[in-house]
Amino acid sequence: MMKTTQPTAGLLAEFGDTDALIAAARRLHAEGYRQFECYTPFPVEGLAEAMEFRRTRMPLVVLCGALLGLVVGYGLQYWTTVIEYPLNIGGRPLHSWPSFVPVTFELTILTAALFAVLGMLGLNGLPRPHHPLFHIREFSRASSDAYFLWVKSEDPQFHEQTTREALRKLQAQEVWDVPSEP
Amino acid sequence: MTDTHVQSDPSTEPRQTVRSVSQQISAIVLTEGPPRGWWAGFLVSFLLVMLLLVSVGWLFAKGVGIWGINQPVGWGFAIVNFVWWIGIGHAGTLISAILLLFRQEWRTSINRFAEAMTLFAVACAGLFPLLHMGRPQFFFWFIPYPSTTGMWPQFRSPLIWDFFAVGTYATVSLMFWYVGLIPDLATLRDRSRTGRGRIIYGFLAMGWRGSARHWKRYQSAYLLLAGLATPLVISVHTIVSYDFAISILPGWHATVFPPYFVAGAIYSGFAMVLTLSIPLRAVYRLQNFVTDRHLDNMAKVMLASGLVVAYGYLMEHFLAWYGGHQLEEFMLLNRMFGPYAWSYWALIGCNILIPQLLWFKSVRARPLPLFFIAIVINIGMWLERYVIVVTSLHRDFLPSSWGMYEPTFWDWSTYLGTIGLFAALLFLFIRLLPMISIFEMRELVHEHEHSGGASAEAGTS
Repeated sequence: MMKTTQPTAGLLAEFGDTDALIAAARRLHAEGYRQFECYTPFPVEGLAEAMEFRRTRMPLVVLCGALLGLVVGYGLQYWTTVIEYPLNIGGRPLHSWPSFVPVTFELTILTAALFAVLGMLGLNGLPRPHHPLFHIREFSRASSDAYFLWVKSEDPQFHEQTTREALRKLQAQEVWDVPSEP
Repeated sequence: MTDTHVQSDPSTEPRQTVRSVSQQISAIVLTEGPPRGWWAGFLVSFLLVMLLLVSVGWLFAKGVGIWGINQPVGWGFAIVNFVWWIGIGHAGTLISAILLLFRQEWRTSINRFAEAMTLFAVACAGLFPLLHMGRPQFFFWFIPYPSTTGMWPQFRSPLIWDFFAVGTYATVSLMFWYVGLIPDLATLRDRSRTGRGRIIYGFLAMGWRGSARHWKRYQSAYLLLAGLATPLVISVHTIVSYDFAISILPGWHATVFPPYFVAGAIYSGFAMVLTLSIPLRAVYRLQNFVTDRHLDNMAKVMLASGLVVAYGYLMEHFLAWYGGHQLEEFMLLNRMFGPYAWSYWALIGCNILIPQLLWFKSVRARPLPLFFIAIVINIGMWLERYVIVVTSLHRDFLPSSWGMYEPTFWDWSTYLGTIGLFAALLFLFIRLLPMISIFEMRELVHEHEHSGGASAEAGTS
């Protein structure tokens, strides 16, 4: 088997509805494809599962953020009030922990939320201004009302002819060559 | 639920498709010019922003003496407006976070501009403590950082808690709003016909492509953010109420303050959402997204939270009487029959009596009466903070230190100016960004298309 001379980043197929896309994703996964990705204008239930992508690390990331905020928030208040700048206010104890609860809580939420947003963007590889799929004009409908599946050329299973036929057989409405990024 | 619920689905009208939703909402931003009402409204609010700039400039030049605050009443309009604005913001978070966790799908068509409303209300709220500080150039002394003075913020003071609460709230609201916008920004990038639109929306969309793995992480992050925002919103108004409740002043020193402040925040926030959404849906013909069911639901939430607020008032009165504390008793009688009695009775009328009309379905079903009740509640909630701040302060423990408070022109101009700032930001928002979450509407429409064919019962949300 010989690869084509033109550099290609794989094949992009459009499907008519979410059910066809889910079926195609499930079938490709069963056939051993791993390097493929589905694109939909809204989150589709069961699609990530069809690709066997079941668990994300998001909850763990957010937990780390929350714990960091908790420890740093309380530590900051303890260190400033007890060690660095002790002030006697009406004879109250320096380590008056109930007063430290609100700020600790707020900082826990703040860092957890920051980790959630930055973690989501980081794991998703965003921001990413350039992407091979953006070269295909029809792909702009992926953010409105069209459903796409991209089989990447890195996939060991990928072969232009057979993959194209497999996609056609799975009722892809149209198939495009994805130009590789210059 | 019953069959009638299947027919009158609260979230969308029938006959919407994934394509038509994307088209109708993005067209408001991309292709349609702004309606004449937009220009008129923006002009008025822009002039008010200019008034705000003049007021703030004059304040910076002369100091807080241009306001009506004086010795017994050191917290005048600035704190009244701060609490009012931050309370209004809370409905946005409630709609976007708490209703998301409860899977109330009707929230979808109102959550975006409710979140925007939160953001702009918090921006207006944040101005007031800064302006009230007297030396606003030193606002950063709130931030704990190693400075040459060797001093640190006092973490045992509710005011510093407030700084952290409001700062966190503003940051988290902004992130929540922006994360919700990313897929819609991608839609605008792809549908925009001008190069400038593609570049700006494309920059903001950060290369979002709607990949299934991305959606999975996105949904997880969004849900976690909602879970974090829910306790946050409750904590913020609780801490705002600590500014009062931690003091020993009669009328402020009450344990009922946190829950009753939170309920009041939700009350005023929903009133503001209704005040905004009723004219908006009429001008932009969005009745197929913001349906009468939405207005009905919001009116019900308003009624429920209004009753909690009424309970808070009742408890304040009951405890003043039952506690038998002379100063508490005096404070309350002074509120009801003293020189500021007008504000107290207006508050009872606006916040408790008139909203009882919401019990009637015929009132909830008509946008016009609903709009007026919402405005009355906005005024009532402002009066509530006025009563709490002014009547508690003006006659405290020593009759020799009693006084009266009169707002000046600059008090009013600053307040009106922030209303203008809020409105101007909202006008820009509906002009430049989709005011309804497009991708969530697509998801909802798609679910209904799918389940509608299968069986009738599956259509309920």
